[in-house]
Amino acid sequence: MKLTNDTVGRRGFLAGSAAASLVIAFNLTPHGARAAAAATNAKNFAPNAFLRVAPDGTVTVLSKHLEMGQGSYTGIATIVAEELDADWSKVRCEGAPADAKLYSNHLFGMQGTGGSSSIANSWDELRTAGATARAMLIQAAAAAWKVPAGEIETSKSTLRHAASNRTAPYAQFVSAAAALPVPAGVKLKDPATYTLIGKSAPRLDSNAKTDGTAQFTLDVYLPGMVTALVARSPKFGGTVKSVDAAAAKKIKGVLEIVQIPSGVAVVAKDTWAAKQGRDALNVTWDFANAETRSTTTIVADYKKLAQQPGAVAAKKGDAAQALASAAKRVEATYVFPYLAHAPMEPLDTVVKLGPDSCEIWAGDQFQTIDQGNVAKLLGFKPEQIKINTLYAGGSFGRRANTQSDFIVEAVAVAKAMKQKAPVKVVWTREDDIRGGLYRPLFVHKMEAGIDAQGNLTAWTNRLVGQSILVGTPFESMMVKDGVDMTSVEGSADMPYDVANILVDTHNAKAGVPVLWWRSVGHTHTAFAVETFLDDVAKAAGKDPFELRRSLMTDTKHTRLKTVLELAADKAGWSKPLAAGPAGVLRGRGIAAAESFSTYVAQVAEVSVKPDGSIKVDRVVVAVDCGVAVNPDVIKAQMEGGVGFGLGALLHGEITLKDGEVEQSNFHDYVPLRMDEMPKVEVFIVPSTAAPTGVGEPGVPPIGPAVANAIFAATGKRVRELPLTQEKLKAAIASA
Amino acid sequence: MVTLDINGAKKQLDIDPETPLLWALRDGLKMTGTKFGCGMAQCGACTVHVDGQPTRSCVTPVSAVAGQKITTIEGAHSKAAEAVRASWRKLDVVQCGYCQSGQIMAATALLESNKKPTDDDIDAAMTGNVCRCATYQRIRAAIHDAAQSL
Ligand code: FES
Ligand code: FES
Repeated sequence: MKLTNDTVGRRGFLAGSAAASLVIAFNLTPHGARAAAAATNAKNFAPNAFLRVAPDGTVTVLSKHLEMGQGSYTGIATIVAEELDADWSKVRCEGAPADAKLYSNHLFGMQGTGGSSSIANSWDELRTAGATARAMLIQAAAAAWKVPAGEIETSKSTLRHAASNRTAPYAQFVSAAAALPVPAGVKLKDPATYTLIGKSAPRLDSNAKTDGTAQFTLDVYLPGMVTALVARSPKFGGTVKSVDAAAAKKIKGVLEIVQIPSGVAVVAKDTWAAKQGRDALNVTWDFANAETRSTTTIVADYKKLAQQPGAVAAKKGDAAQALASAAKRVEATYVFPYLAHAPMEPLDTVVKLGPDSCEIWAGDQFQTIDQGNVAKLLGFKPEQIKINTLYAGGSFGRRANTQSDFIVEAVAVAKAMKQKAPVKVVWTREDDIRGGLYRPLFVHKMEAGIDAQGNLTAWTNRLVGQSILVGTPFESMMVKDGVDMTSVEGSADMPYDVANILVDTHNAKAGVPVLWWRSVGHTHTAFAVETFLDDVAKAAGKDPFELRRSLMTDTKHTRLKTVLELAADKAGWSKPLAAGPAGVLRGRGIAAAESFSTYVAQVAEVSVKPDGSIKVDRVVVAVDCGVAVNPDVIKAQMEGGVGFGLGALLHGEITLKDGEVEQSNFHDYVPLRMDEMPKVEVFIVPSTAAPTGVGEPGVPPIGPAVANAIFAATGKRVRELPLTQEKLKAAIASA
Repeated sequence: MVTLDINGAKKQLDIDPETPLLWALRDGLKMTGTKFGCGMAQCGACTVHVDGQPTRSCVTPVSAVAGQKITTIEGAHSKAAEAVRASWRKLDVVQCGYCQSGQIMAATALLESNKKPTDDDIDAAMTGNVCRCATYQRIRAAIHDAAQSL
């Protein structure tokens, strides 16, 4: 964010002021019924696209970023409220409409949420939005009170002129402020005077999410709405050959069966009837173009490919030569399985299609891409597609994809039904687990060379896996010379200074749809790099923490080194770990990763039993994400990131047998549960740097930190994930 | 016709008696606080109380609960439920929030039968409730906090 406040202000507010009335007109999301009513009130003060103040003083912040649990609404509103000097109890937040001009993510050039970018995106934009609104309220009061604007102070939605002892709530000047021209280049606060930023304002969504009133897509019921479930090919790439709908049509409540590009939809009066109807449906599939391999075959194919040089992602010195002359060599091969996101709210979309309009309700994460894809399907213009973004019951990346799979599918159902009724398309958990768009399966092959003095002199890392971005609109931006940045992030730019490095990659082909999954490439690169470095430390007879520190020499890794040292310090790395009860092995492991410009290090303490059972007792997290806009939300994201990543490490795996996904629900695609959650302690590095995101960066270090702790406890490695009890038991039993 | 006693009110529904209570609540009565997460008693998102017992409504046919007292998140206002809710808010437990109706119903049932649960009691009572956002640490802390106020 190198723009000055001044330029952001001018650019933002030229667009914003021209569009203020539009924002009001479009803002009719169902979960904001009260806000919508206020929006139609002409006396609102809406100086820009990001906020409006109602005559009763309620401040509504419009978030262009989806709230999917990561706390974006709270963080975004905090930034606005700080500069506006708003009373936090009067602040609300709701999803902005789809509008590429007003609400593009500055990182992607389209409206969408991802890459842990919401807060970084909002920092300048929303401080300026809030400060401008505040300046206009002051201006309005100054005119009414006939005093210089510079003498008016604000706090908690109140204006005050000390000399004349006058105070007034913001509400009193809403209509006067609305009549003023929008100023440019408004001065921002001195951070020393912050009253909200850095102070953990309570989450805006806690109340609604604890009394059952928070509205998710599944909770939308439109008059006359019907519900559909879709039968999709059991193998990826399969198509419908024939449909026998006779039995399905006999189910009470089933209304019609329609064929759509992704399969066959059973439309019914409610979810239960749709489910029974789909169970009774008989579809014959054509697998001529389907992926029919098993994952065991795909892994074997990838391992073969890993013997061949790939596209070079990073090169320094001569790694081959250095390996050849090394006194000691270390090698390892890793396998990372496909992973489903499995957000708690399965995918769902509500569509109301008219002859020349289409309205969508969804936990929409890629608004303008979804808008474009739907427009293309219908032959409409994007502005004919209205998107209402609701709370998403988790996403972890799943709801953002360039094909807009679940949204386009729902619109296809509405289209096939010839607009007869609004329709809600619901995915069951089985549909979700088997529905693809997984974290890609990856194989990493690594080698390191150590010289006679114990110095790490050579490092190679070859990756084999499907590219997420090839074939998408992001390809031109982020795939260069066969290297997909999202495959190699964390590997190609690993923070350790080694004289000879070679990182290369193969964009393997498989017919399994893949997608970013909370922390994207770092989900596998951090594990490979950070556990392999531990192997190197062992081989070189060095302490894993000290080795990392000594190799983080470049100043661009100073912040990572700081969190590494902080985590080690808080975890008591220099002191021995307390022993466990008889028969329990204990160990401590460390790992660090920079992702999305946020720096995180973690120390994990584990207890392992000879039967391979693992308990992660404690995790110490140190994080540097720049200015801590809301420290409690940052802590929550670190806790959640640890739990999410740990679940994947210990249990997460999607496997295919002859092309069919073997898992189907939470009994065999096993999430982390309460009894497995470690005690997590989070330490935030104080910083004045521009804030960065925290939704994803808590995830990458947990897998390697735990694996390194298990290695410290047992001397054994499991390199084909997940790190299950059975695999660890076998490793412990092996010589 | 099935008659259900939900949050103290009698509700008549013209549905197949085999319909899971979850869908009767949601699609039938538009009581949307109770969530669908797995449909096979694996996640707890659909937890309600039936005669005070935490029950997975996704696998409970309405025929099985006719005449029994059903409490959903919308009607959960017992002393324990309000204590749980207050602690949840105080500690900002929620993230996406989708699992939290079920978590609150499970935690309330725990505190109604056990005023001072230990960590092991919490594990036993709450391990059936999945939170993909992994808010478990705060759920545990909030249950202990609520217990303090009861
Ligand atoms: S939806 Fe009932 S337990 Fe998951
Ligand atoms: S808060 Fe998101 S699943 Fe629990």
